[in-house]
Amino acid sequence: MSSQAHEHQPLGGRVLTLPFLICAALVAIAGVILFQRYTQGLGAASNLNDGYPWGIWVAIDVVIGSAFGCAGYVIALLCYILNRGEYHPLVRPAVLASLFGYGLAGLAVLVDLGRYWNFYHMMLPWYAQPNSVMLEVGLCVATYTLVLVVEFAPAFLERFGIEGLRAKLNRVLWVFIALGVLLPTMHQSSLGTMMVIVGHKLSPLWQSQMLPVFFLLTAILMGFAIVVWESVMASLNFRRPMETPVLSKLAGLMLVVASLFVVLRFVDLIVRGQIGQIFGGPQSGWFVVEMVLMISGLALLIPKANRNRSRALFLSASLLLAAGILYRLNVYLIGFTPAVGPWHYFPSVKEIMVTVGVFALEIALYLLFVKKLPVMHAVHPEHG
Amino acid sequence: MSKNMMSKSKTSVSRRGFLRNAVKGSAAAAAAACTTVVAAPPEANALQRPPKPLPPEAVGLLYDSTLCIGCKACVTACKEVNHMPPDVGPAQQGWNAGGGDKPIYDSPVELSARTLNVIKAYSHGTGATKDAAENGFAFIKRQCLHCADPSCVSVCPVSAMTKDARTGIVNHDPSACIGCRYCVLSCPFGVPKYDYNDAFGEIKKCQLCKQQLAKNELPGCADVCPTGATLFGRTEDLKAEAKRRTALKVGEHAHYPRGDIAGKVGGPRDGHEKLVEAAYQPHIYGEKELGGTQCLAVSAVPFDKLNLPTNVPEKGYPTLSEGIQHTLYAGMIAPATVFAGLAYLAHRNTKNHTDE
Repeated sequence: MSSQAHEHQPLGGRVLTLPFLICAALVAIAGVILFQRYTQGLGAASNLNDGYPWGIWVAIDVVIGSAFGCAGYVIALLCYILNRGEYHPLVRPAVLASLFGYGLAGLAVLVDLGRYWNFYHMMLPWYAQPNSVMLEVGLCVATYTLVLVVEFAPAFLERFGIEGLRAKLNRVLWVFIALGVLLPTMHQSSLGTMMVIVGHKLSPLWQSQMLPVFFLLTAILMGFAIVVWESVMASLNFRRPMETPVLSKLAGLMLVVASLFVVLRFVDLIVRGQIGQIFGGPQSGWFVVEMVLMISGLALLIPKANRNRSRALFLSASLLLAAGILYRLNVYLIGFTPAVGPWHYFPSVKEIMVTVGVFALEIALYLLFVKKLPVMHAVHPEHG
Repeated sequence: MSKNMMSKSKTSVSRRGFLRNAVKGSAAAAAAACTTVVAAPPEANALQRPPKPLPPEAVGLLYDSTLCIGCKACVTACKEVNHMPPDVGPAQQGWNAGGGDKPIYDSPVELSARTLNVIKAYSHGTGATKDAAENGFAFIKRQCLHCADPSCVSVCPVSAMTKDARTGIVNHDPSACIGCRYCVLSCPFGVPKYDYNDAFGEIKKCQLCKQQLAKNELPGCADVCPTGATLFGRTEDLKAEAKRRTALKVGEHAHYPRGDIAGKVGGPRDGHEKLVEAAYQPHIYGEKELGGTQCLAVSAVPFDKLNLPTNVPEKGYPTLSEGIQHTLYAGMIAPATVFAGLAYLAHRNTKNHTDE
């Protein structure tokens, strides 16, 4: 039995590296733009309008950002629910990535909300509107963020030597782990249900009662892909051995989920009688790009040998991640046409810089945490 | 991978087998559920909840495009009665800048957070003939239709958008609103609007001048309409009137009431006789669209030319989205069951993970 104190180790090293400083600068730029947004209104910083009331701050920062945050969800599912101990080294980095993914999705909501000072109404039962899919999403995401804090707490407690509390927390952690799997299943599928109500305004290439299923599948797929992606990046940047044996198993699961997504997508289009939309319907090009990314990402994983090559794994994870991103962007922005036109939307430079700032903050905090806290699995000499 | 994990995985082979079967089973169940959803024809969809009927005393407006003369008195009256600021359309900004921030004329071209009611014009070719689709022109009034089954009410997470149980008027309460603009996104008619140029922007939409109705006065637009193109009344009465009009033939003389169709709200008014000059479309807009609306429209020009969505189902979209939601979360039984299963597995499995 290895001593638990050495299971995870802070990476150490300088915090103020060039990537960290670039991220900090991007966060500062976003801060200046947000000052404008809060003093002069949403229109001063964004191209949001009444035809496109939701822009990239919802579609990317929240809908796609929270899918990036599904790393913790899928790894907890594998590790603790399906009892696959071999994924254990991936748990802490995944939970940390999720914590920032979700925490900053929550922050991005406050950037986008027009009447942000009332945001707490979401939590008050007398304001609740139980038919609202958004209420369910909001409550789930808020609760899940707290769950992630608890799930990540052992790293903190370990770092600062608060062993008594850590032991107590370990005895009840299973409750939070169960919640940590239930809540993303609920709200990630509901992110799909949220767009069912826009009806004819979403292209028939994407409008379907299967939206909740597709959103759950892309959440799981993007969760796996981000774990692989992050693991390879960490190995390269922090000069650690590749975690290829574990990742190759994840790759098999990615292959299954991506194939299921593609098959169900086509079955859904055929059953709804909309398969012809692929050929020359409005926005059909975006559907084709989405499918090409998805299919090439999964095709790369079909030869078993590729699942043991870190290059192929990384490329496949990147393609599948891009496919998931584009699917969600298609549903929330590209495939959407306002009821009474004409309206146009393309994000403003300021809007893009805020989104960049949100992701830069995520990266900066991640770098800080893995260097200062026991997040990464300790590399023992016998691993070679 | 550490040794203890390897040994652990060996001891849990039978449980692994059990779990694998459980996962396979649930995957099969999920696949079956997906097939049901996909294969069901839309009209017999098991997930769809029943549509909502009109409230008992539903009130609304009947807009008759053939009577509208485009005077926009209704636009001005709406602004006065609801204390709305002037609005300048993008194309008018050059000549209508006025002094400083103040425009000389109120010149809205579309509904906005400053304009709850607007008259828009259709024109084609020479634009010579009123109420003709070819080489003609026609008007359309845009405002909230007060749906029987409103998407905006269904999506609002904080009950800021509500439908009055008696009159069916769709109200908005800015003090509850969080400004998420889901109502703006979801409205099938593109009605609720948000003020993007205000740091403390509000959602705005027509509330059928409920403050006027409370004083037994007409909504601003119906009050000032000189031709009765905008007529107030109980939705059932308006529907009967719309049916009478769409059955009229060209060349007939018809009587057109003004103000309130029942002559009660705002006091009795004289109607007027008019020759029917253009054939009405048989379609009453709002009778069936998306579960029906309390405000209706009739016209001689097809409604898709007037930029109203016509390719929409006869049941409101909330019947679909709430159907999914209520099936998955009925009594929170499914989430509770899943949680119990997850908690059981997590409890059993974390005990084995001595290090977490």
